[in-house]
Amino acid sequence: MSRASGFRYRRRRVTDIFAKTLGIAATAFGLFWLTWILLVTFNNGLHALSPAIFSQTTPPPGGQGGLANALFGSLVMCVLGVLIGAPLGIAAGTYLSEFAERQPAWRESVRFVNDILLSAPSIVLGLFVYTLAVRSVGHFSAWAGGISLGLIVLPVVVRTTDETLRLVPNVMREAALSLGIPRWKVTVQVLYRAAAPGILTGVLLGLARISGETAPLLFTSLNNQYWTDNINTPMASVPVVIFQFAMSPYDSWHALAWAGAFVVTLFVLLLSVGARAYFLRNRINTVA
Amino acid sequence: MSPLPATGVGLSLDDKHIKARAAAETRQDAFFRGLLFAAAALVLLVLGAAAASMLWGGRQAFATFGWNFIVSDEWDAVGRQFGAFVPIYGTLVSSAIAMVIAIPVSFGIALFLTEIAPTWLRGPVAAAIELLAGIPSIIYGMWGLFSFVPFMAASVLPWVNRNLGDAPWIGPLFRGPPLGIGMLTAGIVLGVMVIPFISSVMRDVFLTVPASLKESAYALGSTTWEVVWNVVLPYTRSAVVGGIFLGLGRALGETMAVTFVLGNAHQLNKSLLMPGNSIAATIANEFTEADSDIYLSSLIALGFLLFIVTFIVLAIARLMLYNLARKEGR
Repeated sequence: MSRASGFRYRRRRVTDIFAKTLGIAATAFGLFWLTWILLVTFNNGLHALSPAIFSQTTPPPGGQGGLANALFGSLVMCVLGVLIGAPLGIAAGTYLSEFAERQPAWRESVRFVNDILLSAPSIVLGLFVYTLAVRSVGHFSAWAGGISLGLIVLPVVVRTTDETLRLVPNVMREAALSLGIPRWKVTVQVLYRAAAPGILTGVLLGLARISGETAPLLFTSLNNQYWTDNINTPMASVPVVIFQFAMSPYDSWHALAWAGAFVVTLFVLLLSVGARAYFLRNRINTVA
Repeated sequence: MSPLPATGVGLSLDDKHIKARAAAETRQDAFFRGLLFAAAALVLLVLGAAAASMLWGGRQAFATFGWNFIVSDEWDAVGRQFGAFVPIYGTLVSSAIAMVIAIPVSFGIALFLTEIAPTWLRGPVAAAIELLAGIPSIIYGMWGLFSFVPFMAASVLPWVNRNLGDAPWIGPLFRGPPLGIGMLTAGIVLGVMVIPFISSVMRDVFLTVPASLKESAYALGSTTWEVVWNVVLPYTRSAVVGGIFLGLGRALGETMAVTFVLGNAHQLNKSLLMPGNSIAATIANEFTEADSDIYLSSLIALGFLLFIVTFIVLAIARLMLYNLARKEGR
């Protein structure tokens, strides 16, 4: 080996090691932020956590209290969001996968638009629902909040339903159709049964996404200092309360905001990890 | 002997029954199909209606201020003069900072997850990076305000001021009081937020490169880096750009995290250390305070601008990603 080629060889090796080191450093960089954020949230949240969080309503400025009304409001609006977004999403996803084979251009444009909705800024969807369901009615309401959350669930469920149904082996459709079963029954009783874990995962991931969602609720459900179970009135939600309390100058409000942040983060992370684990265990076996 | 009724009467009865049932099933199928079609059409409708309703809601601002709405930097709620240059500038600059951080880091993570890490480590690390995407943006905001901003103010910004403040060309960008809140902080937080999105796309598309291509390059004596740079990247180029645009779309529209750390100041500043504003943060902060029709209309018009820009960016991202999918024959 000549000197020149030895030098070149060494340079290539050094470049390679350098690139690998940077790759490891980049990964460490990403994990560093994750650890920092989770540590801060859990540390502050655990200190602020108390039974009162779940039994008392949000206090006036500087006072003591809990988050009961906000937790209840979040629950109500998330349930509304899933009830609105999931059925529509399952229906649209089924259409894309099963009933649009003769209109490929139309099908692809719906998929394209759905993919855009999937990453569209939630604040924009909130503004849309504001003009749709707040301005026209004249007042903020939990209804409007639920609709805006439903619009965030919708594309997630459309996508997972579409993808899961496409994974169902064709022999299942053919076997069922050959028995003379109408297509809607094939879809509901055969395909949905095979695709249920995938679709459920999509719904759970959609729920995980909306449970920490703040921006659209600012213009739709607004906030409410008091307990309410009337979905036609403004309603508190944990994320909006966190926003309001964290931006305030009061220490007791900050503590409540941390407690809320802890509850929301724990819920969202457990839900998304759980949904993925459930999916990995029950996914459709494409090898068959 | 046939168990079926052999008489003409019996047959015609059965026939009628079968026909009636077939007709009912056709009707049910058509109904079911129509229902599903309506749901799919709704997806298209939502996007179209969102754009139309915001254009309609913002018409007063567009009509009153015209081009000045975009180019003027005067945002005066009392004098009812609204020019959105400051938030537009803030959105673009903070997203640019985010991309400067997120692109190389995401590439490094994708490199680590596909080529460097031992196989047993890949799953857990990928899941941990994905967790970063699962954390709600309000949590980023709170952490940013209470932990990251003080850290920037105490440790990072004084250093930046000392070492970069007097540098030629870029000096003015890094000169200013170390408030902690500001464009640079917001850009870094945004960067951290979009890393999981870009890196997971990059990792997924890197995995689609046929093993035979990579193995051929290895067989010719290439190093890992040379395989990635000369084989993997050219093969996945359009999808990698697509992933980057996907992250950019996220950064442009991100609201809560930015609202906490950007400072909500309607001033144009050369320095990245000074507070600014972004489109999404302006809407989130001021929407409930809008006391006049023109104020509200201006905020909705801002939403419309944000919608158009993110739509274009996300559309480019999707088209780039479809390119690779088509090449794959999927």
